Amino acid sequence: MTTLMTPAIVSTVPGLNAPQPTPLSETKTLTMGKAINEGLRQAMLDDPKVVLLGEDIGALGGVFRVTSDLLAQFGARRVIDTPLAESAIIGTAVGLAYRGYRPVCEIQFDGFIFPGFDQIVSQVAKFHYRTQGAVRMPITIRVPFGGGIGAAEHHSESPEAYFTHTSGLRVIAVSNAQDAYSLIRQAIASDDPVLYFEPKRRYHVKGAVVPELGLPMEQAVIVRPGTDVTLLTYGALVATARDAALAAADEGVSIEVIDLRSLSPVDYAVVEASVRKTGRLVVTHEAAQSGGLGGEIIASITERCFSYLESAPVRVTGFDVPYPPAKLENHHLPDLDRILDGVDRVMGRR
Amino acid sequence: MIDFSPQLVQLLAIDGERKPRGDFDPWVEDLDGTALLALYRDMVVVRRIDTEATALQRQGELGLWPPLLGQEAAQVGSARALRSDDFIFPSYRENAVAYCRGVNLTDIVKVWRGNAQSGWDPYAVNMATPAIIIGAQTLHATGWALGAQRDDVDSVAITYFGDGATSQGDVNEAMVFAASFQAPVVFFCQNNQWAISEPVGVQAHRNIADRAPGFGIPSLRIDGNDVIAVMAATRMALDRARTGGGPTFIEAVTYRMGPHTTADDPTRYRDPAELAEWKTRDPVLRLHRLLQSLGQITPEVEATTAALADAAAAELRAGCIGMPDPEPLSVFDHVYATPNATLERQRTDYDGYLRSFATEHDSAEQNRKA
Repeated sequence: MTTLMTPAIVSTVPGLNAPQPTPLSETKTLTMGKAINEGLRQAMLDDPKVVLLGEDIGALGGVFRVTSDLLAQFGARRVIDTPLAESAIIGTAVGLAYRGYRPVCEIQFDGFIFPGFDQIVSQVAKFHYRTQGAVRMPITIRVPFGGGIGAAEHHSESPEAYFTHTSGLRVIAVSNAQDAYSLIRQAIASDDPVLYFEPKRRYHVKGAVVPELGLPMEQAVIVRPGTDVTLLTYGALVATARDAALAAADEGVSIEVIDLRSLSPVDYAVVEASVRKTGRLVVTHEAAQSGGLGGEIIASITERCFSYLESAPVRVTGFDVPYPPAKLENHHLPDLDRILDGVDRVMGRR
Repeated sequence: MIDFSPQLVQLLAIDGERKPRGDFDPWVEDLDGTALLALYRDMVVVRRIDTEATALQRQGELGLWPPLLGQEAAQVGSARALRSDDFIFPSYRENAVAYCRGVNLTDIVKVWRGNAQSGWDPYAVNMATPAIIIGAQTLHATGWALGAQRDDVDSVAITYFGDGATSQGDVNEAMVFAASFQAPVVFFCQNNQWAISEPVGVQAHRNIADRAPGFGIPSLRIDGNDVIAVMAATRMALDRARTGGGPTFIEAVTYRMGPHTTADDPTRYRDPAELAEWKTRDPVLRLHRLLQSLGQITPEVEATTAALADAAAAELRAGCIGMPDPEPLSVFDHVYATPNATLERQRTDYDGYLRSFATEHDSAEQNRKA
């Protein structure tokens, strides 16, 4: 036998004796990143079984600082800086969930989730079904996603469709500070596993945040009412879609913008009602087109309300290419003009 | 590929002789004749269950069965070392462990009959259901152990896996995490020499136990066909974990005497001489010899043991054949813990679809009667 190893020093805990930040108790203007931070803090205060796992989430506060100060407040037993192994981050979260914990895993970047993909798809998603409900997997997997930040390869991807295609998972994408705060709390409280996608190019956008849970996370939200076209999106493109709706209004086209929020399940009640009203549907996302969420939503809406459609629904998406180098990403990502071009097409204007 | 290197821990020789060893004997001091007889009975019963399940597969009552023939000592010896609050994360071959844990025999074969994706409530017996993705369960055990550590309890996680699994990233990541956090987990590797058709030499160029120290995890290489050594090593590892000593890796050197599963054909890749050699190391036979020398084996003991085994086999057979098929709409059950509108719509549609046949059938019946 080898000699007994001394326990590894997992994290230093700077500021453990510093004054404890108080949770959000009134409406405040916060960046989206800070709003998630406040949501995490509240969830950890609400339930001692909430633990965080991830790379660099402790002293550094995560590469995007979303977990800032949580190590100091809650200690290394609940804010766990892990070795660099995504499959193990997810796989140990499964074991913690088995023991009644509510782990929140941070995947550092979208493109880093794939080493953990097997544990997510084969274990996290299937345990409740496999055990006929005996074992619950209340795991939240936070994923900074999407492009537009001029990053290196594997740092700008939109892998959400892999997960919406996987039964047993819930998938959320937030677009603003308020939802970021409310939905991270809902995701953590959910007895189902939740993939929680954070649009990293909106981390620094500020918004008013009320310390409330708000609408259930599976509900889509009409962020701008309109009558001519339903423009459906999620994540970073919600802001772009609003801008497009403003621009279109100048040209006399009334766009109803829907922030999907929940990518699985999709709130078809809201989408269907909107399409029955407008008769036209444009779906936009950063992810590649083929096999993407846009195709699934359009197929479902076509099945449900074909006779209400005035024209063929339109997708405005990233191309079917690996995420391109930073100098090309503006060609790949749907922007205001490409969305308006899609609106023109669905309006039969070109 | 058989490698009984000198450092292999063995307390019970092939001829049934008890070999004293000062460093391990204190862990099995309590194993008197009665206790050894109980282990023997476990091993005989699980071998009988295993044989019966193979027969049930051949008769079409099970879709598949992964035999444990030859691994009885490794599984019984380790399982009987556990406390009831310790939690087991097995692969799919640990049916003797499940038996020792008190899992209902019918529940053991439920998954292999295709009636469910798992057969029992893990919390009822503190044993997870079979993990089919190779090595994935080692991470679950490590995570569970992190939880036990945070709960300030001295329960230990034990995970079972094979020699093939040691090539998986998950097993290696589990060892990294377990060492880093000094998690109370025991890695119990049954090196049964074969990963389907691949001999252990394909997985490892050195003894598998040699890997763990590189992760900072102490390891033991034991004779996995020696139930006494298995129990001693497992108890030692559990005690280390319980008292804050962190993880231990045990390589139990054993042999898969049967096929990988009932779908496998080892005659295509295995030398019969190898099997013949391992039959001389049979774990059940070896313990029987020791018990004989201790005067524990009487005609009455033989008869009651055989009766126990036959009763278990009969219970398994009856339970298996009598298992009702699941209801069609249960295909939708338990995908989520919370309501899901998309899935509910599919359930409603499929229910309507099934009912449409019932309606056609009913009206045809009515017409016929009229």
